[in-house]
Amino acid sequence: MLFRNVAELVELAESKQVKIAEIMIQQEIEVTGLSREEIIAKMDRNLTVMEQAVERGLNGVTSVSGLTGGDAVLLQKYIQSGKALSGNILLDAVSKAVATNEVNAAMGTICATPTAGSAGVVPGTLFAVKEVLNPTRMEMIEFLFTSAAFGFVVANNASISGAAGGCQAEVGSASGMAAASIVELAGGTPRQAAEAMAITLKNMLGLVCDPVAGLVEVPCVKRNAMGASNAMTAADMALAGITSRIPCDEVIHAMFLIGQSMPSALRETAEGGLAATPTGRRLEAEIFGKKN
Amino acid sequence: MKYRSAFDIIGPVMIGPSSSHTAGAARIGRVARTLFNRLPKKAVISLYGSFAKTYKGHGTDVAIVGGLLDFDTFDERIPTSLQLAEEAGMEVVFQVEDTVTEHPNTVRINLYDDQSDLEVVGISIGGGTIEITELNSFELKLSGEHPAILVVHNDQFGVISAVTQILANHEINIGHMEVSRKEKGKMALMVIEVDQKIDQEIMKEIEKLPNVTQTIRMVD
Repeated sequence: MLFRNVAELVELAESKQVKIAEIMIQQEIEVTGLSREEIIAKMDRNLTVMEQAVERGLNGVTSVSGLTGGDAVLLQKYIQSGKALSGNILLDAVSKAVATNEVNAAMGTICATPTAGSAGVVPGTLFAVKEVLNPTRMEMIEFLFTSAAFGFVVANNASISGAAGGCQAEVGSASGMAAASIVELAGGTPRQAAEAMAITLKNMLGLVCDPVAGLVEVPCVKRNAMGASNAMTAADMALAGITSRIPCDEVIHAMFLIGQSMPSALRETAEGGLAATPTGRRLEAEIFGKKN
Repeated sequence: MKYRSAFDIIGPVMIGPSSSHTAGAARIGRVARTLFNRLPKKAVISLYGSFAKTYKGHGTDVAIVGGLLDFDTFDERIPTSLQLAEEAGMEVVFQVEDTVTEHPNTVRINLYDDQSDLEVVGISIGGGTIEITELNSFELKLSGEHPAILVVHNDQFGVISAVTQILANHEINIGHMEVSRKEKGKMALMVIEVDQKIDQEIMKEIEKLPNVTQTIRMVD
């Protein structure tokens, strides 16, 4: 292993004067024994899957339960109306994140990043910033390797599972990964990427996993929307030179400890939070009363 | 380190909506299919815990049947697998069980045809990762991620070393191995996960050994 935490990752990229993405690729070569070309081709295929999922979601889909679908389309129309307040790139990222998760809920093909429930944030932000930064295909592939590097640290030092660590571990991790990748694609330094990850994750701490009827739909789709906007904002803050007072690795460790002390009702059991609201319970009864 | 590859984080490519309830379920079905080695005539699928409660909404049912049809996690035929199974001549029965299992996402799959039957219990432990925990009432631990050899044999001395000697002769490294038995001196099962590909010829060599009654090859 070349790195075990964010500090080591950043130091390595700085001393070698390469991108974080390059460190991840080098580690992958070392661990798997595959060639650089094979590894890049594999990530290229994942990128194509993400591209197709976004496209499909922007054309409008509906889930099996009927709980989710069509919001990505609404948002795109709203952007086109020219009345959007938050800025078109930000809302484009949000709509593309939503698009991916709507496809996921409709049993479409997606690439888990890092999980299926949080699969919208990384591609959503990538395909939005693509419109302004005009990256090459290779730079887009590198975006995913940078995300992988930060996700790798979280997965091994904390968790990327809602059942283990709540939504902070899923959408929280995905948002931190995306923020770091945006910074790197925009020309920021490895250290700024780590700052963006820390700033994002700090604002996702404590987020519970409380899916209505146990389905990966409500609130998961909209959590991906907010994850994408959180990532975009944090990336801009880091690029502006703002740093996190708490270092990234310590934020990740805090997330791990928060996950451990989170009650089981709020970790993907559909027993607490939004799942246990009167409407959540009514929807659950409607879906399973109708289908089972 | 629990996660080793960039593709554990960016991946797998899969049919939604859930890495544990859909992708993992499809993987369990596919391992069962590989162990059975052909399309079964009939499949009885018993769902436990969270699988039993949420299988319709997560598509756990179509994912398992898709796996039994040898579909990978990203196969777009998964949503229509029930119909495809019927067309292929496989009868599918679902049973929702109340029994509390050790892991919340547990499924028992019984496969039948004119020649034989097979019982597999699998659990989906998160992010699409699975374990096979039972095979024909033998307890075992099989990830399905590596090539593996399963050997049913009489519980007698020398069988294990004879099998591993054959693997050594072919320069095949063992990554994980375990042996279980139903009763002392009766039937036993060896599960050997290996790093290299296993040729059919090696399987034939193992089958010829005294006290070996059945072998199953699992290719990744």
